[in-house]
Formats: sequence, structure tokens, C-alpha cells
Amino acid sequence: MADEIAIKVDHLRKNFKLPHQRETSIKSALINFRKWSRKYQTQKALNNVTFEIKKGEFFGIVGRNGSGKSTLLKMLAGIYPPDKGTININGKLTPFIELGVGFNQELTGKENVFLNGALLGFSRKEMRAIYDDIVEFAEIEEFMDQKLKNYSSGMQVRLAFSIAIRAKSDILLIDEVLAVGDAAFQTKCMDYFNELKAAGQTVVFVSHDRGSLEKFCDQAILIDKGVIIARGETKSVLNHYDRVVMKQLETKDEERRDAAPKNEAVSITNLKLTDQSGNEIRDAVPFGTRLTTTFYVKFKQPVEDPIIGITLWRDGVGSPIYATNTWVDGQSTAGAKKGKVYEYVVTLPEQLNTGKYFIEPAVANKEATYYYERITRAKSFLIMGSDNLYSIVMPSKGAQLRDV
Amino acid sequence: MYKHIFSKNNRVLLSELVRTDFKLRYQGSVLGYAWSLLRPLLIFVILYVVFVKFLKLGNGIPHYPVYLLFGIVLWNFFNEMTVMSLGSIVGRGDLIRKIRIPRWIIVISSSLSALINLFLNLLVVSVFMIVNHISLTSSAAWLPLILLEIYIFALGLSFFLSAAFVKFRDLNYIWEVTMQALFYLTPVIYPLSRITNLKLQKLLLLNPVGQAIQDARYVIVTKQTTIIYHVFANIWYMLIPFVIVVAVLIVGTLYFRKESSHFAENI
Repeated sequence: MADEIAIKVDHLRKNFKLPHQRETSIKSALINFRKWSRKYQTQKALNNVTFEIKKGEFFGIVGRNGSGKSTLLKMLAGIYPPDKGTININGKLTPFIELGVGFNQELTGKENVFLNGALLGFSRKEMRAIYDDIVEFAEIEEFMDQKLKNYSSGMQVRLAFSIAIRAKSDILLIDEVLAVGDAAFQTKCMDYFNELKAAGQTVVFVSHDRGSLEKFCDQAILIDKGVIIARGETKSVLNHYDRVVMKQLETKDEERRDAAPKNEAVSITNLKLTDQSGNEIRDAVPFGTRLTTTFYVKFKQPVEDPIIGITLWRDGVGSPIYATNTWVDGQSTAGAKKGKVYEYVVTLPEQLNTGKYFIEPAVANKEATYYYERITRAKSFLIMGSDNLYSIVMPSKGAQLRDV
Repeated sequence: MYKHIFSKNNRVLLSELVRTDFKLRYQGSVLGYAWSLLRPLLIFVILYVVFVKFLKLGNGIPHYPVYLLFGIVLWNFFNEMTVMSLGSIVGRGDLIRKIRIPRWIIVISSSLSALINLFLNLLVVSVFMIVNHISLTSSAAWLPLILLEIYIFALGLSFFLSAAFVKFRDLNYIWEVTMQALFYLTPVIYPLSRITNLKLQKLLLLNPVGQAIQDARYVIVTKQTTIIYHVFANIWYMLIPFVIVVAVLIVGTLYFRKESSHFAENI
């Protein structure tokens, strides 16, 4: 293997045998043995996976849940053996893929530090030397003699992270660390990643958080259903990823629309999302695009002063991001007679930050006590490519810093 | 391979796992570690009252209480080590699924915990010996080898049981019952001389645990213990328990090695 290669994975395959009824007792094993027909389903977790990671690379593995990316990471870590193919590792690899492995709730924080340290290969003497630094970094000095079960989850993560970053190895494996912890902790993680990147550390990073992937990874692969479907520069891989996600979303949207009960009076049709030049948006748009959404409302029966409106939702956020309707804008809908068609056009705010959004058009009665028609997630789209990922609304660069 | 087994990382991890085991074992109990000593003592009292006082089993054997206690302590070690090891791999599933560590370390660590307990219990035995005015003879030098025999036998079983338990979760119940049967098939509470059927006596001494316990009593407590040397004239027969020990160790280790790479996905 060439010297500049850190990890070389060649035609890797992994299948999991999932028994229909898990064969965990001798009785069932005996019965099945006699029948000679062990019934199990083979789940192809990884198939024909080949890639190389160069030394000093920050390498991303992207994929939806259940795509096989964590299986791949576990195989790199040596936790699962391959069914076929080879993994060549050039250098020392972190043996863990998760923070706080082996943490025991019944032990004190201090005892857990030593136990976790031992799992990473540190002797008690070595741990004593770095113990104070670990505790200081985790900011939990006063809790170290308490049992771990009395810690908040944030404290546990901070402690685990502080120990993990002490592990010295040539290649780091990191799986979704950023999914936990508060904003302050995530900033610490980011700082740590920046340091790693600056130091030229080889890192394999598995995530579906496109923000951090885009920020840190030079190269990436996209895994879907156990095979690599895209590889190369992180940006292009992520674009590919968006398309995979959107395809899934669209199918779901259609299913939802088909499943919605039909009402007799009003129908919403022709919902479109377009950019400033009138091109229809299929899935993803770059940040800063001026988006306009349009839909028709057709009345099959007369309705007295209906309210037509739209709500914009963001994935994972419980309250609307943006909402407006004919009533708040003081627009008259008195002409909603049988056969009448309205077109409703709304321009969305341009400061929407990177993320996944849903459009929900609706028609309600005059008093807004019920909906004639409402389509949740009538259209989903992705905004991508902004450089500040801290908030939903992208701040304008108008903030000023002055000497006082 | 051997350099690897005793590498610094493995030694560090092993000692930390044993330490944790020990800290957690009596977590929250009032008497704590004292239970390691109290448990065999209380069992001893029960067996002593029932079998020595009521049934007069020990007649004819000098220092029978010590003889009995020593046997119980050794049996307990064998029992505890195999039972604890059986569940050790499954019980440490959290580690196995998340980190690459040699799997055998987990089994060894629970075996060492049992070994530590044994040494604590042997201290109690030695106190009883002093009280009973039993003085050690030069033959006591055999004891470490005899203990090693029990340890190796239990270790072979532990490797096999812990690996098999990952796939067959009935095994712990089966093993519990097996141990109960084996307890009565091993001359722990009754003196072997009580069994008048010589063939049966021979058979019971082919069991490595029984043979080892009798040998240990012979070299430590009283020369009036029936040992394998007394019942077989042919030296080859005397080797049978040792052959069993070695065979169990080899089979157990090989099976464990074969299964261990798939522990992470099967647990």
C-alpha cells in the first residue's frame, strides 16, 4: 500500500442474517436444526464498497438512516468482520466510534474517567497526569466524585468528549458526535475539528448533518442501500445526497396528497415554487434565491369570505417560520362563487438559512375555525450553501462593532 | 501473538475491568465487600449443621469442619467463575458493540474477579486452620498447582459458555441446573470414604473438580482424605482428569476464538 494512503477498502461486503424469529434458545435451534431450514432474512448492509482515504484527509461518509454508513464505520473500527473484501489500515486507528463507551452509571465521574481511559489504552499513571486537564475541559470539577447517574446528559457528553480527544491515533473515527450537547458544547466540538483539520489529522466523519460535513470534509462518499452512489468533492456529494433525500420526500408528499380526504367545496391545485426568473424549483436551491410560491384555489361551491393563506415550516422546528393569508393582508375574497378560481402568490423571505422547508397552503372559513382544504407538506425544498449555520434566519451583515 | 496478549493496553484494560467489577459487585449493600467472606461462611454454617451435626457425615475425618469449609470455598470458586463468565460477554454487550477490544479480556477479567474472591476466602480458611491447630506440611506446596488446575478447567468452560451464551440464551438456566447436579457429584459435603461402591468412588474422582478438591484437602487439611492416587492402581487412569482439563481448555478457547469475531452482531 502506498505510503500516503491511510485506509484502503476493497470490494467490501457485509450481510446481516436476521432470523424471522430470533433463534436465541436451544429449543428453537434444535427444532430448526432438525428441519434443516433456518429461516432468516439476509439484509445486505454493504455491497461492493471500494474507496481510499489519503493521509491528512477529512473524509465524510454521508447517507440516510439505515444506509449502511455506521456499519461501514464499525467495520473500519474492526468491530464487525467483513464477509468479503478487505480493509487495509495504515497506522493506528481509534478503536471507538462513539463517545463514553463503557461509561457506568453506578461509578463516579472520576472512576469513569479512568475506566474510559483504560479502554483507550491509558494506564492509571498516564491518566493521572492528564486528569486535571480533562476535568477542566469538561467544566465539571465539582461533580467528579458523584455517581454518573446524577449527571445531566450534557455533562456526561462533555466528560466523554474531553477524554476521547486525548486518544492519540493516526486515524480518528467520528460518528454523529454533534447530534448531542448544547450549543456551547457544539462550538467546542467545532473548535476541536478545526484544530484537527489544521493539524492535518486523518479523520473519518460519519454524519447526516450537511452543515458540518460541508464545513470540514474535503472528500466524501455517499452511501445508499449499502452501495456507494457518489464520491468526490464534498459539495458535489452533498448535492447528490440532497437529490436522494428529495426523491424520498417527494414520494412521501405524493402519498400524503393521495391520502388526504377530499372535500366538496374547495380544491387547491397547481402549487409551484419558482425562482426570480420563473424556473420551477424541484428540490434544492442555493441560499439567497428569491423564491415565489403560487397556487390556485378553485371553488366548486360558493363559500362566504374564505381565508386563503400559506404557512412555511422548517424540518424539526415546531412553530411556523413564515405565514400569511388574505385576512391579515385585508384582501377580499367575496367573489368565491361556484366555479371561481383564485391564484395566490407569495414571495418567501430571502434570508432563510440552509435547511429543509415545507410549504403548507390552506383555505379556511371566514372565522378561521376550520379548514376547507389544507395540504401539509404540499411541497418540500432544500436551501443550501450558506456559510453561517447558527440560525434559521441568515443574519444580514449589518451588525456593527465599534470601539467604546 | 503472546507479546500481544500481554501488551500494555491489554494489561491496563484488564486491571481496570477487574477493578470496576469489584467496585460494582456489592454496590449499595450495607456490608459491601464483607459479603465475599460472609456468603461462603453462612453456607458453610448451614451445611455444617445439616450434614455434620444432624447427619453425622464427617465422622472419622479429623478437622472435618475445616475440611468441609475448604471444599465449599473451592467449589464456590469454580461455580462463581463459570457462572460469572457465562454472562460476561452478553453483559458487556455495550462495549463489544462500540469498541474494538480483545473479547477474551472480558472473560479473563471476570475470572480474575472470582480468583480474587477465592484468595479472600482462603484467608478465612487459614484462620479456621489456626483455630483448629492444623499446621502446614511441606506437601502444601502443591496447593498452587491444584488451584491452577481448577482455574484452567473453569477457564476452558468459561470461554465455551460465554461464547455459546451469545447464541443460546437458555444456557444460563441449563448451566445452573448442571452445576447443582455437579455439586452433588463432587465430594464437597460428604467424605468420599462414605461411598462404599468403589466403582462410583473412582468415577467421582475422574471429575477434575472433585479430584482437585480432594487433592487440596489432602495436602492442606488431613492425610485421611481419599484421593485419586488411592483408588487407581494404574497411573494412566490418574491422568484422565488432567486430560479432561486440557481438552476443555482447548475446545473452549477454539470455540471462543471462532465465535468472537461475530459477537458484535449477534449480541
